[in-house]
Amino acid sequence: MIVASKKPIEEIIEMVKDFQKILIAGCNECVTVCEAGGKKEVGILASALRMYFMNQGKKMDIDEVTLERQCDHEYLEELRNTVDQYDAVLSLACGVGVQFMAEKYFQTPVYPGVNTCFMGVTEERGVWTERCQGCGECILGRTAGICPISRCAKRLLNGPCGGSTKGKCEINKDLDCAWQLIIDRLKELDRLDEYEQIIPIKDWSTERAGGPRSVIREDVRQ
Amino acid sequence: MRLRYPDTIRIIRVPCTGKVDVIHILRAFEKGADGVYVVGCLEGDCRFENGNLRARRRVEQARTILDSIGVGGDRVKMFNLSSGEGPRFAEYAVEMTEKIEEMGPNPIKIAMRKKAA
Repeated sequence: MIVASKKPIEEIIEMVKDFQKILIAGCNECVTVCEAGGKKEVGILASALRMYFMNQGKKMDIDEVTLERQCDHEYLEELRNTVDQYDAVLSLACGVGVQFMAEKYFQTPVYPGVNTCFMGVTEERGVWTERCQGCGECILGRTAGICPISRCAKRLLNGPCGGSTKGKCEINKDLDCAWQLIIDRLKELDRLDEYEQIIPIKDWSTERAGGPRSVIREDVRQ
Repeated sequence: MRLRYPDTIRIIRVPCTGKVDVIHILRAFEKGADGVYVVGCLEGDCRFENGNLRARRRVEQARTILDSIGVGGDRVKMFNLSSGEGPRFAEYAVEMTEKIEEMGPNPIKIAMRKKAA
């Protein structure tokens, strides 16, 4: 899932303070799971902002909505008839949802209520860690299902480097060395001979370095 | 036991303090409550294992939010006691009431009255 973290309320106040009527729009997908922008967080933020502006003696109407997703036309369309009532929308979706909202409702200012961080997993409640950088050319089949692109600080394809000590990365003693994990798992799988095979230079043009990307599927395109 | 405790307190019963969410605490302040305290079972004694520990974290979250919006995080507090500790319940009620009286009324309540006037 896409992992996001809540923006500080002070930053949000600064963004919306000049408006009189705003809509806080949550998203029922990833940001709900990582407890940053779901229905609950929308309710809490709306309540906090209402109290803040009431305390400041400022008129501010705040409505709440949580869409199934903000990265698809069909759910964003649910706001078509109401979005014009608002001076601005504060979207608690990831950066994708915020942008799609801004593209769709051109006349309405849209602000982000969360910081979008990475694609990752819930290791335990309250702990989310990165697992994928969307490099566009998956090599997990060669690395025992552990991604050195997202989990190695240097993104080494043939590691580990000299900074790996007792299974930990030199940048942080709590961070596992991805290549140590790969070797350990290859051992478990009794496929350590695969470690001897050199992974060739990766085609980074499919990664973000190649510019904004798209996936076009003519077989399903309408 | 016939213990006395301040009559300004309104008790809201929940099946477990684990049911209490941040939004419940915030809504109370939005509606004009001067303070909110959550009374749960002793830590380690939760019938549902960690309901009171969850409540403690949510109270902390509410405290942070109330501080950042100028209402005052000290208006919310978590207490723990066993169901046999009636006198302690009354003590906590007095302690919280004194704390809130010291802090004064909820600024949101004052702002709402000003707006209505």
